[in-house]
Amino acid sequence: MPESAAPAFVSTTNACHLCMPLGACLAFKGVEGTVPFLHGSQGCATYMRRYLISHYREPVAIASSSLGERQAVFGGGPNLRQGLWNVITAMRPRVIGVATTCLTETIGEEPGPLVEAFLAELAGKNPGVTLPRVVTVRTPSFGGTHTEGFRRAVRALLKALARPGPAGSHLNLLPGMASPADLRHLKDVVRAFGLEAAVIPDPSDPLDGPIWDAYTPVPPGGTPPEALQAAGRARATVALGCMAGDASGPGAWLRDRFGVELLPLPLPVGLRASDRFFAVLEELSGRPTPGWVRAQRGRLVDAYVDAHKYLAGVRAAVVADEDLAVGLSGFLAEIGVHVAYVATGDRSGSLEGAVDAATAGLLREPPAVREEVDYYTVAEETRDLGLGLVVGTSKAYPLARDWGIPLVRVGFPIHDRFGAARQRVLGYAGTQDLFDRVVNALLAQQQEASAVGYGYL
Amino acid sequence: MTALPFEARRDQVHRKGDGTFRLACNRESLAGAVSQRACVFCGARVVLYPVADALHLVHGPVGCAAYTWDIRGALSSGPQLHRLSFSTDLREREVIFGGEEKLYRALTELIGRHRPAGAFVYSTCVVGLIGDDLGAVCKRVAAEQGIPVIPVRSEGFQGTKRAGYAAACEALFRLVGTGPTDGISPVSVNILGDFNLAGELWIVRGYLERMGVEVVANLTGDGRVAHIARCHGAALNLVQCSGATLALARRMEEAYGVPFRRVSYFGVDDMAEALYAVGDHFADRDPGLPGRARELVREELSILEPRLRSIRADLEGRRVAIYVGGAFKAFSLVKAFRLLGMRTVIVGSQTGTAEDYRELHEITDPGTVIVDDTNPLELSALLLEQGADLLVGGVKERPIAYKLGIGFCDHNHERKLPLAGFEGMLRFAEEVHRTVTSPVWRFAPRRAGSREVCHA
Ligand code: SF4
Ligand code: SF4
Repeated sequence: MPESAAPAFVSTTNACHLCMPLGACLAFKGVEGTVPFLHGSQGCATYMRRYLISHYREPVAIASSSLGERQAVFGGGPNLRQGLWNVITAMRPRVIGVATTCLTETIGEEPGPLVEAFLAELAGKNPGVTLPRVVTVRTPSFGGTHTEGFRRAVRALLKALARPGPAGSHLNLLPGMASPADLRHLKDVVRAFGLEAAVIPDPSDPLDGPIWDAYTPVPPGGTPPEALQAAGRARATVALGCMAGDASGPGAWLRDRFGVELLPLPLPVGLRASDRFFAVLEELSGRPTPGWVRAQRGRLVDAYVDAHKYLAGVRAAVVADEDLAVGLSGFLAEIGVHVAYVATGDRSGSLEGAVDAATAGLLREPPAVREEVDYYTVAEETRDLGLGLVVGTSKAYPLARDWGIPLVRVGFPIHDRFGAARQRVLGYAGTQDLFDRVVNALLAQQQEASAVGYGYL
Repeated sequence: MTALPFEARRDQVHRKGDGTFRLACNRESLAGAVSQRACVFCGARVVLYPVADALHLVHGPVGCAAYTWDIRGALSSGPQLHRLSFSTDLREREVIFGGEEKLYRALTELIGRHRPAGAFVYSTCVVGLIGDDLGAVCKRVAAEQGIPVIPVRSEGFQGTKRAGYAAACEALFRLVGTGPTDGISPVSVNILGDFNLAGELWIVRGYLERMGVEVVANLTGDGRVAHIARCHGAALNLVQCSGATLALARRMEEAYGVPFRRVSYFGVDDMAEALYAVGDHFADRDPGLPGRARELVREELSILEPRLRSIRADLEGRRVAIYVGGAFKAFSLVKAFRLLGMRTVIVGSQTGTAEDYRELHEITDPGTVIVDDTNPLELSALLLEQGADLLVGGVKERPIAYKLGIGFCDHNHERKLPLAGFEGMLRFAEEVHRTVTSPVWRFAPRRAGSREVCHA
């Protein structure tokens, strides 16, 4: 296997990453009353909508300034204004989240000043119309992946909305790109500690809502803009993920701008990472972990024990966004799976250290860790690893199929299974769900491969 | 008509019977309206992608390729190279200094690695702006590697999907005429405009071969570079769909004298007509052919009809909305639903022309709403107003229908069931039946008349 962590990259075959504006749109979907808006040509917005719709199975409106050839040459300002106006009047959003695309970034068009000028012009002139807040973020895809776009959009939201003021007792919780079901669970446990925390952003309802009786252009739910406003006055920010402490991240911005203490934590996937998360909640609340959560922990350890023999000696590859890749590696290592290969399309440079920390003391030999790879490279490099399991998104399916091993689908996107929005991996409860799925995937494989066809395993 | 969400789109929606018919179309999408349209690149990719032994390299930042990775069926009976997603994944550096060098290295590496029969290189928005000379790089690589390497002018911002079809036809036309034509039967056709999303091409090809017609090339479903290169030797082009490959057929007629006929394989009438047309076309060369066509249709119908009858009994009088990419497909769907006893209450397309909409206006019943380039807000208002039981559309329309408690059928790229021909019609009827007659709709607030499942 090649030793260098950065492959000499000429082109990408079957990318592990998506583009920045997609991540930004996801973040915007998590703020109440927000419509994501891409400044660029129509195609990007349509592709991203379709990608999100196939995962969440929910309508996802992403507006676009629909730039054509003329605007690409002479500037997209007029289209941006017209587009904003149409969104304002037809959808009545509270916030519009404008992200740039490669097109507008290449022509060097900065939307911020254009938006400000437009809003200033509108102010007071249209009495019947409440003007939304418009948040802009620069997301040139050639400069980063969708996870970076997500972080930038969260920071942009905070920058635009957070206000100073007397310190409160509330917390900010920055969960990163978590599933709606994980977000609901996080909110439940935080509440159970008696803590008041704003989850920023929280797309759990907008991206996993009930059936409607009329079309709802901006689905209800999400972090209220007021909570973003109050974020600068919070007592502390708990930020999850391996980039949670990064100096350019949203948590660091709140710390540097308002002095809000930043508590970066790895994503609570697995027992140990969850323990760390709950320890921080104990500390912040001054209360012990509630009984029902402790019971979840107890059942999880019980399950680890019950199934440990099914897992021993299995070699696994993890392919996911970096936060999740770290969480999954730590989890798999602690249940006795040998994590042989960890890959991500992200390129923050933090993966290797984070994986080492997450798997410390559990693996006989450290896994190969790859950033900024594509699935072609993953396939090439895992061919001879004797893998028995892949954990990652649906996009790893061709690989798992070629290797004849099970794929446990986690993260984003999941385009070939149902219920992605209801999938959990966080906390003891999420880890329990994940653990059952991993064990069952291996059992199913064993059963199908068996000539006897055991009905009792 | 009730209030539409976007005043500027008023002349892109018309209810049959409300005054004289005129529908504005072929416009750029309204900014901010969340159009369901894609871009030029998308159109080009739709047409060319099924060429299974070609390398499809998307020159641009990663997204354009990543979002189109294996998202459509485009089944191949052999090579699967087209299912990989190749991108030059441009970075800051290339955006500033140009991407030609990277493109050259990428092509060289990938051709060396996969040994394709040819390569298509798609330009995207960014490439259009930084001004890379795709043609020059392709030429150089073609000469070095000895395979056709064809640039596709598909910068997204240059227009709608239709401009992408044109770019794809242009690219295909460069390939046509470069291969030997010996041994081709005088009773032979090319199948243009079917992309074999779920195996429909194989159905059509099967019918033609049963009749004794040679199929020289499929453009492009289950397509091969070598077949396309020699397809100017075929005696007739059968062209499906509202123009994705019509331009190619026209150019082949001009350049090689290959006549073409527009056909549709969807629905009983259209499929039969297509086979009859082939029979008649070759009647002088093969006098038995028209008879064999009729025989085949009779046989197939005798299997199909009794099965359709029982399905129709359940569907009679239900109301359907059609919103598809091209208008030609909408024609066939309107007819097919009539066969199932259903009423078309909305019909529209992303990219129809004035002529298309006139024809739609003609074949629909009074009260039907005809719409160009709609958006979720408008479409959902229309669906409720027209009381639709079913929406036929693409994956982006699906959640709109479901959220409103309306049945849905995918008649677009992501379907997994072949809907062409006689067997396809049966499958389609079965699918419509599955969704329309499901018991779940009674729980939807719209029908239940209750608001109990409303947002908390
Ligand atoms: S142009 Fe950029 S923003 Fe648009 S889809 Fe491609 S990578 Fe994403
Ligand atoms: S960048 Fe251009 S070509 Fe690529 S998806 Fe967006 S609109 Fe289409």
